[in-house]
Amino acid sequence: MSVLFDILASVGMWEAVLRIATPLILGTLGVLLCERVGVLNLGIEGIMTFGAMIGWLTVYGGGDLWTGLLVAAAAGAMFGLLHALLTVPLGLSQHVTGLGITLFAASFSYYVFRLAVPTASSPPTIEPFRPLAVPFLSDLPFLGPVLFTQTAPTYLALVLVAAIAWGLYRTPLGLAVRMAGENPHALDAQGVDPILLRIGAIMAGSALMGMAGAFLTTAAFNSFFPTMVQGRGWICVALVVFASWRPERALLGALLFAFFDAFQLRLQTVVDGVPYQLFLMLPYLLSILALVLMARRARVPQALMQPYRRGER
Amino acid sequence: MTRVLELEGITKRFGAVTANDDVSLHLERGEIVALLGENGAGKTTLMSILFGHYTADSGTVRVDGQELPPGRSRAAIQAGVGMVHQHFALAPNLTVLDNVLTGTEPLWKPRSDRAGGREKLVGLARRFGLKVDPDARVSDLSVGECQRVEILKALYNDARILILDEPTAVLTAQEAEGLFATLRQMTQRGLSLIFISHKLGEVMAAADRVVVLRHGRVVAERRKVHTSKEELAELMVGRAVKRPTRPPATPGELLLEGVDLHLAGKGGASLKGASFHLRAGETLGIIGVSGNGQTTLAGLVSGLYPPDVGKLLIEGHRPPRHDVPHAIAAGIGRIPEDRNAEGAIGDMTTWENVVLERIWSPDYSTRGLVRRDAARATTEAILRDYDVRGARVDGRIRLLSGGNMQKLILGRVLSADPRIVVAAQPSRGLDEGAIAGVHERLLEARSRGAGVLLISEDLEEVMALSDRIMAIVGGRLSPAIPAERATQQLLGLMMAGDWSTLDDIAAEGVHAV
Amino acid sequence: MRFERRAHPSRALTILAPICAILLALLLAGGLIAIAGANPLKAYRLILTGAFGSRLGLSETLTRTTPLILTGLAAAVAFRARLWNIGAEGQFYLGALAVPAFCMLPLVSSLPGPILIPLCLMAGAVAGMVLLLLPLGLRLKFGVDEVVTTLLLNFVAVLFVSLMIEGPMKDPMAFGWPQSVPVPDAAILPKLMDRARLHAGLPLALAVAVAVWWVQARSVFGMRSRAVGLNPRAAAFAGVPLGRTLVAVACLSGGLAGLAGAVEVMGVKAYVTTDLSPNYGYSGIVIAMLANLNPLAVIAAALFSAVMFVGADSMSRALSIPSYIADVTVALSLLTMLVAIFLAQYRIRR
Repeated sequence: MSVLFDILASVGMWEAVLRIATPLILGTLGVLLCERVGVLNLGIEGIMTFGAMIGWLTVYGGGDLWTGLLVAAAAGAMFGLLHALLTVPLGLSQHVTGLGITLFAASFSYYVFRLAVPTASSPPTIEPFRPLAVPFLSDLPFLGPVLFTQTAPTYLALVLVAAIAWGLYRTPLGLAVRMAGENPHALDAQGVDPILLRIGAIMAGSALMGMAGAFLTTAAFNSFFPTMVQGRGWICVALVVFASWRPERALLGALLFAFFDAFQLRLQTVVDGVPYQLFLMLPYLLSILALVLMARRARVPQALMQPYRRGER
Repeated sequence: MTRVLELEGITKRFGAVTANDDVSLHLERGEIVALLGENGAGKTTLMSILFGHYTADSGTVRVDGQELPPGRSRAAIQAGVGMVHQHFALAPNLTVLDNVLTGTEPLWKPRSDRAGGREKLVGLARRFGLKVDPDARVSDLSVGECQRVEILKALYNDARILILDEPTAVLTAQEAEGLFATLRQMTQRGLSLIFISHKLGEVMAAADRVVVLRHGRVVAERRKVHTSKEELAELMVGRAVKRPTRPPATPGELLLEGVDLHLAGKGGASLKGASFHLRAGETLGIIGVSGNGQTTLAGLVSGLYPPDVGKLLIEGHRPPRHDVPHAIAAGIGRIPEDRNAEGAIGDMTTWENVVLERIWSPDYSTRGLVRRDAARATTEAILRDYDVRGARVDGRIRLLSGGNMQKLILGRVLSADPRIVVAAQPSRGLDEGAIAGVHERLLEARSRGAGVLLISEDLEEVMALSDRIMAIVGGRLSPAIPAERATQQLLGLMMAGDWSTLDDIAAEGVHAV
Repeated sequence: MRFERRAHPSRALTILAPICAILLALLLAGGLIAIAGANPLKAYRLILTGAFGSRLGLSETLTRTTPLILTGLAAAVAFRARLWNIGAEGQFYLGALAVPAFCMLPLVSSLPGPILIPLCLMAGAVAGMVLLLLPLGLRLKFGVDEVVTTLLLNFVAVLFVSLMIEGPMKDPMAFGWPQSVPVPDAAILPKLMDRARLHAGLPLALAVAVAVWWVQARSVFGMRSRAVGLNPRAAAFAGVPLGRTLVAVACLSGGLAGLAGAVEVMGVKAYVTTDLSPNYGYSGIVIAMLANLNPLAVIAAALFSAVMFVGADSMSRALSIPSYIADVTVALSLLTMLVAIFLAQYRIRR
C-alpha cells in the first residue's frame, strides 16, 4: 500500500500526467473537430506519425522548435485535405479512406526519415522544448511543478481546449460546425455550404493531429523512430466517444487516461512478478472499456459517416 | 398587384430525364399559389432551383425584379425567399434556438448574439401565433411543432416569400386547417406563399391560384374560382385514371388477431395496448398521423419484433417463434412501408431481392446452397405477371422506378398466395397510374379470400379500399367503423383521438354485418 | 460539379479501374523515387527482377503472397458484410501463437503429421476467431464500433504474444532471445522447392480463396452476409438474422486471419516472435480493397503486394532507396483504387 501512496504522492508522477496527456489532448481535439462535422478520420495514427517525423526533421535540419510544430501542423492539414477531398465531395468510405491515409502517411514518414537519415544505428536527437516555469505560480508547492512547469506546447494544448469549446458553443462558426455533423441538409438550406465547412474542419482537426505527433518528438522525447506513435491515434478516436464529442470532456478523458498511463509506468518499476506486458496492455484495454461504458450514452453527431450530396437523403 | 417572384423558362435535366421543361411561374404580393402535380412531376426540383439548391440548365429567377444568381441558397435567403422543407431540415440533437440561428450571422463573428436571437425568435413566434420553446431540444418536439420551427426559421431570415413543400404531409386534417389559417394571416402581413401539393382538397381550400405541373411542364394555370377539383384532377394526371372500386366484402373466418399489443418504440412510436382483428376476405384500414405507432405495428405484424406484452394470433395460434420466417411461413405477406430502405437492396440482383425473404425455404435452397435456377424462374414469372418494367433478372434493381419497384414487391408477396397481407403505405410516392395498379392487386387478394391489413396515411386510399377503418393514436387503436360511415370529418376526429362517438357507430356496424 | 451514379457500370471499367489505380500509384511512387535521386524505371525493373528474376526470388515472392492472400480474404469477407475487421494483424499473431501452444499440450506433439497439421491449422483459425468475436460481441451487445476496438486489440494481441514468448512459452534453447518454443517437425508444412522457403501454404491459400469465392457466390450464407452489408434494414425485413450472420462472418474472417498466422509459423519460421508479421494484417485491408472485395481477385492483389515488398528489398540494396517505398506504393494504390472504383461507378457532370 505504501508503495501506491508513494507513487501517488510523488511530484514526478503528476508532472508526467500533463506531459503524457498533451498529445492525447491535441489528437482528441483533432478527431473531435472532424467528427463534429460528420467525418470519421482514421488517418490520425498516420498523421501523428508524419507530424512526429516532420516536426523532428525540421528541427534536426536547423529549424526552431516552433517552426517544427508549425510544419507538422501544416503537413497534418495537407493529409486532412486529402482525406476530406476523398470523403466529402466524393463521399468515399470514411473507414477505408482513413486507414489508407494512415498506411500512406506512416510509410511515407519512414521513407522520408530513411532518406534523411540513411545510416544511423541509434536515432539522432535534437534539443527539445524545455519546461517553461510560469513566474510565481511555479513556486507553489506541489501544484507549481505539476501544473506550471510544463513545456510550452502543453500550455498551448490547454488553451486550445478552451478556444475550441468557446468556438463550438459560442460562435456562429461553431454552430455551423455542429449543424454540419447533425444535419448538413439543414445547414445547406440556411445558405452555408456543408462541403466547404467539412473540408475546413477536417483540415483544422488534422493539423492538430500533426501537432500531437510533433509533440512526441519535440517535447516528450527528442528523436524519431518508427512505430513510436504506438496506437495513440486510435486511443484518441476512442477518447472522443468517451468525451461524448465535447472538448472539455476530451480534456478530462485525456487526463484520466494519462493518469493511468503514468501510474502504470511507475507501478511497473516497483511491482515484482507481474509481467510488464500486462501494464502495457492497460491503455488499450482502458480505451475499450471507455467505449463500452459510453457507447450507448454518448450523443453521437447524427450525420457522422453520412456523406452529403445535394438532393440526396 | 406587384409581382414579387418570377420564374422564367426554367429547364433542368438530370441525365436523360428532363425534370423541368421551360417552366414559367409568377407570384404576386399577398397571394397563395398552389403548385400542383403528381410525384415526379418536377415540383420539388423547381423549388430547389428557385432556392438555389440546384442550378437550372436555362432560365432565370427574379425576386422583386432582381435576378437571383443561380445555385446560391444564401442569395435566395437574402432576397427574402424562405423554404419550409417536407422532410424538416432540423437537427434533432440541437435546440430550437440553435436550429433557427444556424447560418444567420456572419460565420467569423467571434461571438454569436444568442440573447438578441432569442428575443427576435420569441417576438416572431408571438406575432405569427407559432408557439415554441426556444430552448427545447428538437428531438422532443412533435411533428407539428417541428413544422412551426421550420416556418420560424424562414421568418427569422426575414422571408417575404415562403415556399412550403407538401406542408400537410404529416398533419391531421384539423392541424392542416389550422396551418392554412395561419398562412392566410401571414399573407395579410404582406407575405406571399407557394405551396407544393398533390392533394386536391387542400389546394382548393387554401390557394388563390393553382399552377399544374405534369412531366416537368406547366400544363395549366387556373384561378381557384374558375376551376374545380375534377378539372384539376384531370389536368394533374393528364388522363382519366380510374381507381378500381371495391366490391362488397364477404368476410370469412378470423385470420389475424392482435390482443392488447404493447411494444416499446422500435425506431418509431411505441404501441401501448393495440387490439384488432382481421377476417378472411376483408380489408381493415388503419389510419393515423405519422409517428403514432403505425410503423411499429406494421413491424410487429411483419414479424420483425415480438410484442413486449400481448399476443398476436394467426388463425387462432401463436407461431412457435415470432420472427420473419415464421410469419411468412404462417401465411403473412408483407409490403414494407419504405420500399427502398426496407423492401429492396439496391445493389443486389432482382432475383436475389425476390427470394431473399424465402431463402430458408427448400424451394430456394438446399443444404445451404442457393437454388439459383428456381429463384430465377420465380423471378421471371413475377416480372412477367406483374408487368415490372426495366428490370432484368440478373440486373441490380437500384434504378427501378418507384412504381416498378412496388410492382416487384407486390409480385414477391402476392405470388406466394399469402392468407394475410400487411400493406404499409403501399402507394406512398407513386403516381396515379401506379396507385391504381396497387389498389387493383390488393382488391384482388381480398376477393381471393385473403385478409388485408392496410396501414396508410392517405385517407382517400383507406376509404376506397377498406371495409372497416380504425385510427391509431399514441399507440392505441380506436374502435373500428364501417367504411360506409367514414367521412373526412369523422376520420379527422378519429386521428385526433376523439373517439367519443365511435362506439355507437361501431355497434351499428356490427348489426349491419 | 456533381457526380451521378452510372446506371450500369460497364465490365470494362470495372476491370480497368484497378489497373489504372495501380499504374497511378506506381507513377506517384516513381516521383518519390526520382526525388530521392534514382531512376524510377530502373527501380521498377530492379523490383521486378528481384521478385521474379531468380528461383530464390520467386520462392520468396510466393512465400510472401501466401499469408497476404489469407489476410486479404479475411478483410474481404468482413468488409462485404460491413464488419470493419481492422484486427487481422492481432488475429494473425494469435493464430500463429496458437500453433506452438497447441503443440505443447500433452500427447499432441507425438501425433503424425497428416493429423497434426490440420489440427494445428484449426487451432490457429479458432484463435483468430476468438479475437474477432470479442469486439463483435461488444458491438452487438453494447453498440461499440468495432473499428476502434479491433485496432486497439491488435496492440493487446502483440503484447500478449510478447508476454507468452517471454514467459510460459519461451524457448529455453534460444539463448535468451524472446521467441516461442518451436513447432514440432511433424507440424511443419512440406516444402515445395528445394533449398527455398516456398511451402504447401501457397496451394492451401489458393484453395481457400476459391472456396471462399464459391461460398460467397453460391451459398445462403454468402447471400445473407452480402445483404447485411449492403442494407441491414432491408436484410432484417427479409428475415436475415443480423446477429447470427455477423457472428458467422466474424468466424470466417477471424478464422482466415488466424489461419494466415498458423500457416506462416508452420511454413516459414517454425517459432513465433513479435516481428513475425511485417504488417500482414494491415496489408490485407489494402489487398481486399484492391481486389474490390472479390476473393479470386485477392490472389492477384496479394501477388502485387508481395512483388512490391520482395522486389523493393533487393532494389533498395542496389539503389539505396529506402525499402519503405514498397509500403508507400501499396498504401497509395489503396487510395487510388478507392478513387478508381468511384469513377467506375459514377460519372462527372458539371
